[in-house]
Amino acid sequence: MATPKPRVKVPKSAAAGEVITIKTLISHEMESGQRKDKQGDTIPRKIINKFTCDFNGQPVFSCDIDPAISANPYFEFNAKVAESGTFKFAWVDDDGSVYETEKQIEVK
Amino acid sequence: MNRKLAAIGAGAVLACALALPAALAEPVEETLSIDGVEMTTRTKAAEGLPFDDVLSGWLFREAETRALEADSFENPGMLYVERGEEIWNTVEGAAGKSCASCHDDAAESMAGVAAHYPTWDADSERPINIELQIDKCRVEQMGLEPYKFDAGEQKALTTFIKHQSLGEPVELDLGEGQMQSWWEHGKERYYLRTGQLNLACASCHEANSGQHIRADHLSQGQANGFPTYRLKQANMVSLHNRFRGCIRDTRAEFPDAFSDELMALEVYVTWRGTGLSVETPAVRQ
Repeated sequence: MATPKPRVKVPKSAAAGEVITIKTLISHEMESGQRKDKQGDTIPRKIINKFTCDFNGQPVFSCDIDPAISANPYFEFNAKVAESGTFKFAWVDDDGSVYETEKQIEVK
Repeated sequence: MNRKLAAIGAGAVLACALALPAALAEPVEETLSIDGVEMTTRTKAAEGLPFDDVLSGWLFREAETRALEADSFENPGMLYVERGEEIWNTVEGAAGKSCASCHDDAAESMAGVAAHYPTWDADSERPINIELQIDKCRVEQMGLEPYKFDAGEQKALTTFIKHQSLGEPVELDLGEGQMQSWWEHGKERYYLRTGQLNLACASCHEANSGQHIRADHLSQGQANGFPTYRLKQANMVSLHNRFRGCIRDTRAEFPDAFSDELMALEVYVTWRGTGLSVETPAVRQ
């Protein structure tokens, strides 16, 4: 596929102290490094190996990812928001590329 | 109803434990709504079909798989819809055109269109599906080569175009050109037993629909959700890929994609799902 493209779903607004659900999805082939091509050569591993989510500079959620995770990895997690701010999301690829996106939330 | 009684009878003869999976094998009685829009996943079968109702494959899948399709954010097939939209707007080829140069906004120009494909193509005197329609545009309008079968771009663009008909009921015009005779050829192919296993499409998807074939819950084999996101491949799977896969599994030689044989089958199988909503991109096992 083309360049991995992240998608993120965060509510636009929330009440102070509310627990919100964040959903993320990124297009990525997650090549495990254990398959072989038609010539019998190993297809090199190319996966997203780390995912992080920060809110106003504070870590909210992060995880290391291993080759058993399927293509187009999807993460859903909860966060408690006390103030308005920005969620920053980053996916780190084996080749060093980092795919980033961010979402604002307004706390009333 | 007779089939259900027979299944219970057979289960009792074998072992009581077998009766339980047989009971669980019924399609679910649930409604699918995608982002609040209700889909028709169960409707009265067209005249001539041996079922009372035609059922979308969605009703035969596990709860987790069904949930993936019901939320357009979680549905991984939507990634390919987005990719298809990029292709739609990308200028390519000698004529310096994109799909959008002629068709503008797909949300308007393509709305409901794919629910009536395959359709009769007077130029080539055969039915064409969305993939072939795209190729026709590429060759005649854009000065490009046709896509190689199942190229990533072909699947993404087909998915994007079919997605514009989401929720639209499938309905073919068999009165056009020679669609009726293609339909009849497709029907013959559907009931033709092939391969070392001597199976026809109907052996699984008609006679044993609702039963399990090892771990797989046999649906009616409807075409309304294609191209579908298959979790097994973690990718989009086109209808002709699925046809070839099924025929291969009967241990028969399988025809080329878009060959006369498979186009006739597409006409017939699509017709069997008349009235079901287009679900592209559906999510399947």
